[in-house]
Amino acid sequence: MNELPQQLANGLILGAMYGLIAIGYTMVYGIVQLINFAHGEIFMVGGFGALTVYLVMPSGTSLLLALPLMLLGAVVVSGLVGVAAERFAYRPLRGAPRLAPLITAIGLSIALQQAVWMWYPEGNKARVFPQFKGDSFEILGATVQRGDIFVIVAAPVCMIALGFFVTRTRSGRAMQATAQDPDTAKLMGINTDRIIVLAFAIGAVFAGVAAVAYGLRTGEVQFRMGFILGLKAFTAAVLGGIGNIYGAMLGGLVLGVAEALATGYVEEIPGMQQFGGGAWKDVWAFVLLILVLLLRPQGLLGERVADRA
Amino acid sequence: MLILTTAVTAGALTLSACGSRGDDKKGGEGSKTSVTIGLDAPITGELSALGLGIRNSAQLAVDNANKAGEVKGVEFKLEPLDDKAQANVGQQNATKLAGDKDVLGIVGPLNSSVAQSMQQVAQQNGVALISPANTTPDLTQGKDWKQNKRVRQFSTYFRTATTDEVQGAFDGQFAWEKAKFKNAYVIDDQKTYGAGLAASFRTQFTKLGGKVVGSEHVNPEDRDFKAVVAKVKAAKPDVVFYGGEYPASGPLSQQLKDGGVTVPLMGGDGMYSADYIKLNKKAQGDYASSVGKPVEQLASAKKFIEDYQAAGYKDRYEAYGGSTYDATWALIQAVKKVVADNGGKLPADARKKVVEAMNQVSFDGVTGHVSFDKYGDTTNTMITAYQVDQGKWVARFSAEFKKFDKAGKS
Repeated sequence: MNELPQQLANGLILGAMYGLIAIGYTMVYGIVQLINFAHGEIFMVGGFGALTVYLVMPSGTSLLLALPLMLLGAVVVSGLVGVAAERFAYRPLRGAPRLAPLITAIGLSIALQQAVWMWYPEGNKARVFPQFKGDSFEILGATVQRGDIFVIVAAPVCMIALGFFVTRTRSGRAMQATAQDPDTAKLMGINTDRIIVLAFAIGAVFAGVAAVAYGLRTGEVQFRMGFILGLKAFTAAVLGGIGNIYGAMLGGLVLGVAEALATGYVEEIPGMQQFGGGAWKDVWAFVLLILVLLLRPQGLLGERVADRA
Repeated sequence: MLILTTAVTAGALTLSACGSRGDDKKGGEGSKTSVTIGLDAPITGELSALGLGIRNSAQLAVDNANKAGEVKGVEFKLEPLDDKAQANVGQQNATKLAGDKDVLGIVGPLNSSVAQSMQQVAQQNGVALISPANTTPDLTQGKDWKQNKRVRQFSTYFRTATTDEVQGAFDGQFAWEKAKFKNAYVIDDQKTYGAGLAASFRTQFTKLGGKVVGSEHVNPEDRDFKAVVAKVKAAKPDVVFYGGEYPASGPLSQQLKDGGVTVPLMGGDGMYSADYIKLNKKAQGDYASSVGKPVEQLASAKKFIEDYQAAGYKDRYEAYGGSTYDATWALIQAVKKVVADNGGKLPADARKKVVEAMNQVSFDGVTGHVSFDKYGDTTNTMITAYQVDQGKWVARFSAEFKKFDKAGKS
C-alpha cells in the first residue's frame, strides 16, 4: 500500500489538468447551452502555440526563462482560435436548432486537427516538447516531476483568479446574469455578445495553460492529443455539474484520482483481477460518471438539472 | 525537393505508361509493359518515420530494377498509398490497388492490425501482399498457432519479417541470458502486435527461469503512464518489457525513469526507431530488438545504403528499409520468373502466376537470404538486440533464433 500517496499525487496532478480544460466546456455551456466539442482541439493548438514560441527562441534558452513566453504563446493561440470559433462557427448558428452547432463543433474539431496535421512543420508526427531537466522532488512520500510543479501552481492560481473575476468584477457579474437569463440581461444593458465571446476566450485561455502543463508532463505534443483529453475533460465537467466552474475543477480532480486508483487498486479486489490496470481505467472513470449521474443528475456541485446535456 | 522529383517522375511514368497499357498486346520495339507495385504504409501520422523509410526503400528497389533492366520488356512503377496506421484505411487502399489490373503485388503494411484487414481483400483478388514488417504469427499461421495447429489461411500473403513468436522469444532469451535480468515487469498496448510480442517474451523468459513480477495493459492512445509507473516501482523489476510502438513507449520510458524506476525498458521492433530516442530524453540504456541484422553490418546491404544515400531521400530508411527492399525485390523476382516462363511477356493470369512464383523466390537480399516457407513466412530468423547509447541505437547482439534457443524448440 506504499504506493497510495504516489497514486493520489498522480491522480490530483492529472485531475488538475482535466479541470483546467473542463472549465472551458462548463463556461460555454453555462452561457449558451452549447457543448463545444472542438474545445479539445483548442487545447491542442495551444500546445503547438507554446512549442512554436520555444522553437523561434535562440536555442539554449533556459526553459525557466522561456516558460512565461511559451505560456503566453499558448494562451494567445488558444484564445484566438477559441474566439474565432465562436465568431465564425457558432455565432451564425445562434438561433438555429440545437443540433446544428453541435455538429459544427464536431466538424471544427476535425478541421483543426487536420489543419495542424497539414500545415504545422512535421505536424503529422509527435513533436518534442521541452522539459525541465533535473531530478524529481519527494513530497509527502510521492515523487513529483519538475514539470508537474507547473500545473500544481497554475491550477489553483487560475481557479482563484476565475472565482474572483466572476464574483467581483462587472464583467463577471454580467456573465452570471447572462447565464441566468440572457433576455433580461440584455434589457438591463448587458452586451451579451461580448459576454459570450468572453466566456469562449476564458475557456480557451485555460485550455492553453493546460496544454503547456500537458507538454511539460509528457514531453510531446501531437495533433490528436485534444481528442481523448477533451472527452475526459467534458466528462469531468458533467461529473462536477455542467455550468458550474468549481464543479468543473472538482470533477477533474475526482476523475483524475479515480483513474489513478482504478489503475492501482481495482485488481487487488478479490475476483476483480481481470478488470484492473491501465486498460480498464477509462471504463471505471465512466462507471463513476454513471453512478454520480444516477444519484445526482445535476452533478456533484451542479445547480441546474442538465436536461439538455 | 524530393516530393517534387517524385511527383515529376511519377508523372512522367504515368505519361509513359498511358500509351502502353495492355497485358499481352506488345507494341513495337522499345515499348514496355507497365507493371505497378502497390505500397501501403503509414506515410503520415505518428508512425510515419517508419512508413517513409518503407516507401523510399520500395521506390529504390523499383528504380534499381528499371535502371538495370531486371525484367526485360517490363517497366515497374510504384504506387504508394498512406494508411495512417489505421486498419480501415489499409483495407480501402488494398481495395483500390486490387482494382487496378496493372498492380501485380502490394508491399506493406507496417502494422499487423492493418494487415489483418488487407489480407482478405488481397486474397479475394488473388494479388500478392508482402509485408516487410508484420510480425504477428496469426497472419500466416492462423489463430491457433499456439496450440501448434498451424494453418496458412491466406495463400497470397508473404512477409520478410520474422514473427513475434520468434522475436518475443528472442527478447526473452536475450533478457535472461545476455542481459542477465531476473525479474521482468511486462506491459503491452493490447494491440495485435504488442500483446503478441509481450506474450511470447513472457513465455520464453519464464521458461528459462525468469520471474514476471507484474503485468499491465495500457491503451495505445495513452501518453500519461504515471499511475502505471507507481505500480512498476512497487514491484521492483530489473527490466520492464513493453509490447507496443514508440509513440507510447518513448513517453513511458521517460516517465518510468522520472518516477524512480531506474531499470531499462525493453521492446521489439515497434520501438526500434530514431524517433523513440527523440521523444524520450532518458532513453539511455533501453533495449529494442529488430528483425534481421543491422543493415550497416551486412556486406549485402552496403550497396543498398549507398544507393539510398545517393537517391537523396530526406527521411532515414529506419528499421524496415532493408526488409522493404527485399520484399519489393521478391515481387520483382517473381514477375521476372513469370515473364521468363511465358516467353518474355506477361501472361493473362499474371497475378495468379506471381503468387505461385513468390513461393519459389530465393535470392540473397539486403537482409540476408530471402525465401518463404510453406506459411509465407521468411526463412530468415536473424534478429538483433539494440541498446540506446549516447542518443543512438547500437547493435549489441545478433543471432539466428533457432541457434540461439538452446532449449531446443522445433
